[in-house]
Amino acid sequence: MKASTFKRHVTDSFRSLKRNGGMSVAAIVSVTVTLLLVGIFLALIFNVNHVSREVENDVRVRVMIDQKTTKTQRNDLRDELQAMADVSSVTYSSRQQELDKVVGSYGSAFQMFGGDSNPLNDVFIVKTKTPQATEKVAKAAKKLAHVSEANYGGANARNLFRATDSLRQWGLGFSILLLLVAVFLISNTVRITILSRQTEIGIMRLVGATNSYIRWPFLLEGAWTGLFGAIIPIIIVDIGYAVLYGASAKTFASAGYALLSPGSLLFGMDLLLAVIGIVIGAVGAAISMGRFLKI
Amino acid sequence: MIRMVDVSKVYDNKVTALENVNVEIAQGDFVYVVGPSGAGKSTFIKLLYRELRATSGLIMIDDFDLTQLKDREVPFLRRKIGVVFQDFKLLSRLTVAENIAYAMEVIETDPEEIKQRVTQVLAEVGLTGKAARFPNELSGGEQQRVAIARAITNNPHILIADEPTGNLDPNTSEEIMALLEKINAKGTTVIMATHNDQLVNSHVHRLLEINNGDIVRDEKEGTYANEG
Repeated sequence: MKASTFKRHVTDSFRSLKRNGGMSVAAIVSVTVTLLLVGIFLALIFNVNHVSREVENDVRVRVMIDQKTTKTQRNDLRDELQAMADVSSVTYSSRQQELDKVVGSYGSAFQMFGGDSNPLNDVFIVKTKTPQATEKVAKAAKKLAHVSEANYGGANARNLFRATDSLRQWGLGFSILLLLVAVFLISNTVRITILSRQTEIGIMRLVGATNSYIRWPFLLEGAWTGLFGAIIPIIIVDIGYAVLYGASAKTFASAGYALLSPGSLLFGMDLLLAVIGIVIGAVGAAISMGRFLKI
Repeated sequence: MIRMVDVSKVYDNKVTALENVNVEIAQGDFVYVVGPSGAGKSTFIKLLYRELRATSGLIMIDDFDLTQLKDREVPFLRRKIGVVFQDFKLLSRLTVAENIAYAMEVIETDPEEIKQRVTQVLAEVGLTGKAARFPNELSGGEQQRVAIARAITNNPHILIADEPTGNLDPNTSEEIMALLEKINAKGTTVIMATHNDQLVNSHVHRLLEINNGDIVRDEKEGTYANEG
């Protein structure tokens, strides 16, 4: 297609958008609402997936030491843990350090548990050579003397994945429903354009315009509707996520995990939202063209 | 060159509009298609630019076999045919020049070429100086000239005019007729469906008379007076 032809199609499609006024706005708003929810849902899903995977890939086993354990016993325990074949490193974290982490994450209210009131245990953070070895090391560690508990991320990961699955299914179903509504509204505005341009379409056919030439402006009108509808959700999701990320970074960091950084998530997601907008717009237009644009 | 062999057209409602029509029209001919309303004139005309598809028979226009032509190939046939109607079918939001240019734009002609050709065609139809006017600022005769200009701007081999003077007074009809003859003199085949007996009798050309779906008269220099 020649550049001048494409320019003409673009002009035509904008003229139709303007001419349809209220209907175009309704369709754009519908896409906006839809994509806003889709954007929030996607950000949630991507992050839950990301954190679940981080948890799953976590090579750390937290071995909690009985509170009455002496320093010598604790050193023996460290040696025993270190001697395990799958263990790569063992780091000690005192109950005070553990409390500091809690205070850092959840606020100074937890400072009241300082000193003797501290209910936490001293902990050995054992790193295994592979994520798969965590379960085995945790079980073995639990059998050792002076160990009250040994936790690893894998079990939590399974629960998280289960939760994500149902979230994904419900979210997907809801999103599809909203997308269908948006497609319907866009197809309606394009239908109005087609009906209002019957004479022009007739003349185009008469003077030898190809079918694709006749269809382009309608397809573009749908695509613009979708794209314009995507702008506000992109802005809201970008700003909202950046704020949320900044606010929650500390909490997640203290747990050893991190949300997806805005840089790594938002560009791809913005693009995805724009593409979804364009696609639903084009599909809406195509539906009307199929029904009303008899060539 | 147009050739129809045993062409019939039966509509979905079982009405037979044309039955076993055979006709040949050479390049450069000027042909009137006459006959009473409902005789099959419009069907005959619409078959030529593949607005309708024949139920049976063969229709050849240049190298196009219209009975075999796929829908996606129709635009390429129509670029060889200009069509003019009684109601002009101009786009009211476009100026005269833009209406003419429109026919070239939709087949993706180079913008520079469009500009040159529009000026040339405006001169041909006698509308130089009215390029920037809108259709509703023109008389009926001028509007029909714009429609003719649009129809010939892509240099078609054939110009089909369906009742082109139907909405015009006798003087304007004469002017339009003179314009069509001028176009014909340059080698374009002109096929004109009309009820205007005065024009047919004063500008004598080949005449096809259709009645009850059949060509009942095909005379090289036919007039209404010859009828019966």
